[in-house]
Amino acid sequence: MEAARLTDRGEVKRFIDKLLQASPAAQTEVMVTEWDSALTRFANNGIHQNVAERDVSVRVRVVKDGKTGVASINQINESAAVDVLKRAIAIADLQSKGEVVPMPGPAKSQPVEAWSDATAAATPEERADFVEAICARARRAGLKAFGAFSTGSEQFAIANSLGVYHHHRSTEATINSVVMGEAGSGYADRGAINVQDLDKNEVADDVIDKAQRNQNAQPIEPGVYEVVLEEYAVAEMLEFMSYTGFSALAVEEDRSFMRLGERITGDAITIWDDGLDASGLPAPFDFEGVPKQRVDLIKKGVASGVVYDMMTATQEGRQSTGHGLPAPNTEGPYAVNLFMQPGSVAKPDLISGIKRGIWVTRFWYVRIVHPKLSIITGMTRDGTFLIENGKVTRPVKDLRFTQSMLEALDGTLAVGKTTKLQIGEFIGASRVPAVHLKAFTFTS
Amino acid sequence: MKDLAEAALNAAQVKGAGYADVRLDEHVQQDIIVKNGQLAAVSDDASEGFGVRVLVDGAWGFAGSARLERAEVEEVVDRAIRIARASARVRSAPVDLGPAVTSRGRYRTPLERDPFSVPLSEKVDLLLRADAAMGAVKGVSIREGSMEFLRQRKVFASTEGAFTEQELYESGAGIEATATSPDEVQNRSYPNSFGRHQGSGGYEYITAMQLDRHGQRIGEEAVALLTAPQCPSGVKTLILDASQTALQIHESCGHPTELDRVFGMEAAYAGTSFMTPEKLNHLQYGSPQVTITADALTPSGLGTFGWDDEGVPAQQSFLIKEGLFVGYLTSRETASVLGQPSNGTMRADGWNRIPLIRMTNVNLQPGDSSLDQMIAETKDGVYMETNRSWSIDDKRLNFQFGTQLAYEIVNGKRGRLLKNATYAGITPEFWNSCDAVAGRNEWSVWGLANCGKGQPPQTAHVAHGAAPARFQHVKVGILK
Repeated sequence: MEAARLTDRGEVKRFIDKLLQASPAAQTEVMVTEWDSALTRFANNGIHQNVAERDVSVRVRVVKDGKTGVASINQINESAAVDVLKRAIAIADLQSKGEVVPMPGPAKSQPVEAWSDATAAATPEERADFVEAICARARRAGLKAFGAFSTGSEQFAIANSLGVYHHHRSTEATINSVVMGEAGSGYADRGAINVQDLDKNEVADDVIDKAQRNQNAQPIEPGVYEVVLEEYAVAEMLEFMSYTGFSALAVEEDRSFMRLGERITGDAITIWDDGLDASGLPAPFDFEGVPKQRVDLIKKGVASGVVYDMMTATQEGRQSTGHGLPAPNTEGPYAVNLFMQPGSVAKPDLISGIKRGIWVTRFWYVRIVHPKLSIITGMTRDGTFLIENGKVTRPVKDLRFTQSMLEALDGTLAVGKTTKLQIGEFIGASRVPAVHLKAFTFTS
Repeated sequence: MKDLAEAALNAAQVKGAGYADVRLDEHVQQDIIVKNGQLAAVSDDASEGFGVRVLVDGAWGFAGSARLERAEVEEVVDRAIRIARASARVRSAPVDLGPAVTSRGRYRTPLERDPFSVPLSEKVDLLLRADAAMGAVKGVSIREGSMEFLRQRKVFASTEGAFTEQELYESGAGIEATATSPDEVQNRSYPNSFGRHQGSGGYEYITAMQLDRHGQRIGEEAVALLTAPQCPSGVKTLILDASQTALQIHESCGHPTELDRVFGMEAAYAGTSFMTPEKLNHLQYGSPQVTITADALTPSGLGTFGWDDEGVPAQQSFLIKEGLFVGYLTSRETASVLGQPSNGTMRADGWNRIPLIRMTNVNLQPGDSSLDQMIAETKDGVYMETNRSWSIDDKRLNFQFGTQLAYEIVNGKRGRLLKNATYAGITPEFWNSCDAVAGRNEWSVWGLANCGKGQPPQTAHVAHGAAPARFQHVKVGILK
């Protein structure tokens, strides 16, 4: 066993308190993020990269004479505190005028459990064993496995001179794998707070089965097809909706597709953000120190709300919903704990009524083509199949799609009754079902 | 720093590493954002630490820490060794690094004016002047301007005897105007998209952009785009400006020639490559107008340095020569598989990450045409400028890009402004349809500071020398 190498929580609090006391600014905010993480990467059935890091970020925001300065350093000791505070003050002093984002006052946050001792103590040998299980099975099947298995622990504390102090610690374990044969590939990923919730045999079975079914794909004519999107693809779509549309700033700046109060998707679609739901990747407060609230974003197809940070909330005379990003932030608030309401259809039955359609495992390299019309483009990858008369009949070559997300969801015919947790690449997570959509446009 | 490096290498050897290297890195970054006439953000970020990479029983281990202390060095080396031993349990072929690398020396980015010595007020004033120029245009709803300055001091040392010290500077800036209507969001940015234009060098790089002289123009263009006709769908002659040509090189030549991708080392994340080894010296990648080099010596390029993060000296090599695919971007480990020495492209985005094969300055060599000449020779085409969206498949074949601005070209003349322009293609077909590249006086180096790769994710700063270029029979106007 390895011990998690994070600074003692009491020591972090003492460090922050001392820094706040030392600040000559009218308002001061201190954010400490510390992590210890490791990642084992494999290719061609063997480990080829294997890394670990321990780092910390101390970020200080000061407001002095109506001006703001932000500085950070990656050390947590007395001289670092002096240095980072000095630099933040110097930035504020050098300005003639600037914009001030208000700091929140103290408010109680609801604690959420996101820690696993097993994940924090995961060893390189355990990661290697997990990887070997996938590689060995792939080898036996005449296939090659690629992927990454990561485990990590983090603590996050935020405090300000108005009396806010929050602390949260979390762990995360993720495995993703592509398995390739001579003429095709499959994909699977899993994520959890507790590494023991990841089953190496289940992951291996899933990705190898997909790879074996996706060999010798033949091209198919591009066009408009009924589709079943697996959870990987649905989660990616949601993340792009969040990025372009779910923020109060995007609405205020008239660049969002959200027309509040109007029906924008089919009524089978309900999407919300909830940082306190333990079935996601919970976090009790945001990067401004505001406790997280659940926000209904789309309710039975109707655009019902957006998320707020301190700046957008103050401008509209309301409370922040706890979706602020670290200062300095000009991007606005961000919904990072997304959920889509499951339906009543078992995932394998989503294809039962489809005469001719496409099964999409996942998307790749998705980008926004038109933000207001919510049009995205991207490719399918690692398992695209033709559906004929209610059955998956054969793999097809990957296709490029160019499609409005709202139009696609407007044609929701069925929603899967189970959901999957998809951990985001950089921040947050989504819990979503698979969906059956009436029309999806493949352009090449 | 030298003491810590030596301590790490000694410890690694004593504990059983057949090879070890250590990088000590100190990184300082300043960011400034002006938005809608207000100074919206100024931040000053500092990070330092070290990373130790070891080979044990032919397998890699790496560990890094922010604590630059002797005791921590011992712990980090222990961790790297233990990780390498775990790797060796699930190893493929043992790693062969090829010939030893014993580089020694110092390198500093050439610069005229240290950006960290320029007063904040001077930087903010320039951004505010550019903001005011955009704000003078009726209909511009969001204005944003930004600057970024970086300084990285790094020491690399290896058990083979390499010891290099580098001090690298980057300066970047950009402005963007946005106009909206009930159905549209239109942006125009200058000099490039992706937030800013960035290069290796000092504040002179910012001054040369003359941001304040371009604010009004891009504001007017953003507003005009709201009511411009949609880019028509069809197969046409396509002319790209230099910045979009740079991104086309990045996505469809830079990435597929990364030899780690070719060998599957990025398969589960960034993908693989269609440019497999049997195609080397056989694939007609492009037309004879297309010659592309990887050149870490290009002045002002973001991929310009003294040595890569394996200690290999900066150099120039050919990837595409008059259309023929002739070379890869390589590391010591991947090059040795092909029986070659590394061409020096391994870079990490900080002390806490291992180096990966990254583009340096991947440059399309200038041709003998000009933008005016290309337009004059075109009967039915579209000119596109400044990237807006970019997407390409995991083998780097099937791409679709969009640009902020386009003009129709009819009978040799520039016609109407067009909005929401996109084009799509298949990489070798596209580059083989290239029939003209503009000359040296329209050639410039475009920095991209957002190139993602690797797990854990890394962001590289790379560049592309490019000039306007013309392509025939291209599918344009794909909006649905």
